[in-house]
Amino acid sequence: MAAINRDDVAHLARLAHIEMSAEELDRMAGELAVIVDSVKSVSEAAGDDVPATSHPIPLNNVFREDVVGHTFTAEQALSGAPDSFEGRFKVPAILDED
Amino acid sequence: MTELNNSELIRLSAAQLAAKLAAREVTSVEVTQAYLDRIALVDGGADGIHAFLHVNAEEALAVAAEVDAIRAAGGAEEEALHELAGVPIAVKDLIVTIGQPTTAGSKILEGWHSPYDATVIKKLRAAKMPILGKTNLDEFAMGSSTEHSAYGPTRNPWDLDRIPGGSGGGSAAAVAAFEAPLALGTDTGGSIRQPGAVTGTVGMKPTYGAVSRYGAIAMASSLDQIGPVSRTVLDSALLQEVIGGHDPFDSTSLTDPFDTLVAAAKTGNVTGMKIGIVKELHGEGYQAGVENRFNESLELLKEAGAEIVEVSCPNFKYALGAYYLIMPSEVSSNLAKFDGVRYGLRVLPEDGPMTIERVMAATRAAGFGDEVKRRIILGTYALSAGYYDAYYGSAQKVRTLIQRDFDAAFAQADVLISPTAPTTAFKLGEKLDDPLAMYLNDVATIPANMAGIPGLSLPGGLADEDGLPVGIQLLAPAREDARLYRVGAVLESLLEEKWGGPLLAKAPELKNAGLGTAFNTAGGSN
Repeated sequence: MAAINRDDVAHLARLAHIEMSAEELDRMAGELAVIVDSVKSVSEAAGDDVPATSHPIPLNNVFREDVVGHTFTAEQALSGAPDSFEGRFKVPAILDED
Repeated sequence: MTELNNSELIRLSAAQLAAKLAAREVTSVEVTQAYLDRIALVDGGADGIHAFLHVNAEEALAVAAEVDAIRAAGGAEEEALHELAGVPIAVKDLIVTIGQPTTAGSKILEGWHSPYDATVIKKLRAAKMPILGKTNLDEFAMGSSTEHSAYGPTRNPWDLDRIPGGSGGGSAAAVAAFEAPLALGTDTGGSIRQPGAVTGTVGMKPTYGAVSRYGAIAMASSLDQIGPVSRTVLDSALLQEVIGGHDPFDSTSLTDPFDTLVAAAKTGNVTGMKIGIVKELHGEGYQAGVENRFNESLELLKEAGAEIVEVSCPNFKYALGAYYLIMPSEVSSNLAKFDGVRYGLRVLPEDGPMTIERVMAATRAAGFGDEVKRRIILGTYALSAGYYDAYYGSAQKVRTLIQRDFDAAFAQADVLISPTAPTTAFKLGEKLDDPLAMYLNDVATIPANMAGIPGLSLPGGLADEDGLPVGIQLLAPAREDARLYRVGAVLESLLEEKWGGPLLAKAPELKNAGLGTAFNTAGGSN
């Protein structure tokens, strides 16, 4: 498995929408390299015949009745919003103008 | 008040308080006020415990007064009161509450109020348990020391220079410092049990799905579990019966009743039981004093009629690594919702175009602490194209291997036993710059989360070399939570007999205790 470097961290930070300073990228790259190195043995632990487990207690087909249940009013839903306008969430431009 | 002063009152267990309330020897307002006074006395200031991020005095006293009025009136309404009605409780600030802020220990949610109650909060309200406030935690429950809280660390009541464990250090410290008789925690890799171990308290991670997660801010959804924090095994059983049960709002919630927990704690018996020592969960890497207390507990259980067997779980060596792939992967997805749009912080970039993507990046940069950022980046990496099979996929296979190890172990033993944490409480700041060293604290607790099985930590005594609490962990198969309460109650009573009382009676008096005016005016004579 490949090691993780500063360019990887910069790319991942962009994907995760977290702005990082040059100093932060340097530090994070060093710390993550150590962590990634420590977990790499995991890829050698199980053979192809071992199935994956995504959920610890198997449950199948958890359904509910198809009726309207609990809902928030617009006012409740917007109560923690940083900005709102006429009953909706207000955000800055979605598309870059240039 | 009767002959009990406040100092004695706050040291009673929840079960003892419930009995005194029912017998009208004390009122809920008196009990609740005694805890609020204790919080005022020991929680604040430079040397304070800092277990609480928010104190909910007004509402707690109103609920207490309501319970007292119902008891005073008597009749059917009194008969319908829950056994724990009027017994106060603290709540980890990862669990959402109407009427109080919920921060998750993060700047990104500073000042946020939830428009809904978590299911466990609804259940506390239905049982009329006064909620004393919200307790400190590592940011979004990510850490083993509570030092990753954006609001400053919590101190260990046994030694104020040491960590109270994490992520639920606030809940454990509040209970250990007699600021609350009970608390709620959440456990993703040990966040209930490891703080319990290092503070000399009891912490229970129920079977995955035994307690609804609705309203617990998700960290890693396939691992997270809400559970009780208390000073006695019986108290945790009482609390789990309050908060447990099926919830249609959580699709991973189990339909099993889990209604024999209190009975199990009351009729503890280990005669003829097989208790398995997990070869991989003690010995090398474990502090000598931890190992000594662990061996002492084994001797006591043997004398009480249990058969001690050794089992091996060879794949546990991969558990920590697999956990640090699965957990961050789920974290990176779960924390995507904190984007400055629907709730919480919004930070505008200092210059350049004001687009939503740049606002998100600036908001998350300012709102998240280092550990949260590390885990989001790590999870984004583990899930990215080209690495998914090697990392996330492999870790999920390890999860299967761990479950198989447990299946084999439980074919040989009714319950498994190990130290809860490899060391006693370390010094504040000691591991803050070494993420990997911090992660190792959870080496013995993580396997239970990976397999979804229940785990209980109870005080096992004090380590010889530093005089600090050691935790003993008991593990049972999924859905067998009652078995842990049964064995835990026996071990607790054997140990307390040996110590001549509860372990917390040996904890040092807190510096401020007895000096505050609030304490004296409330009738305390300590």
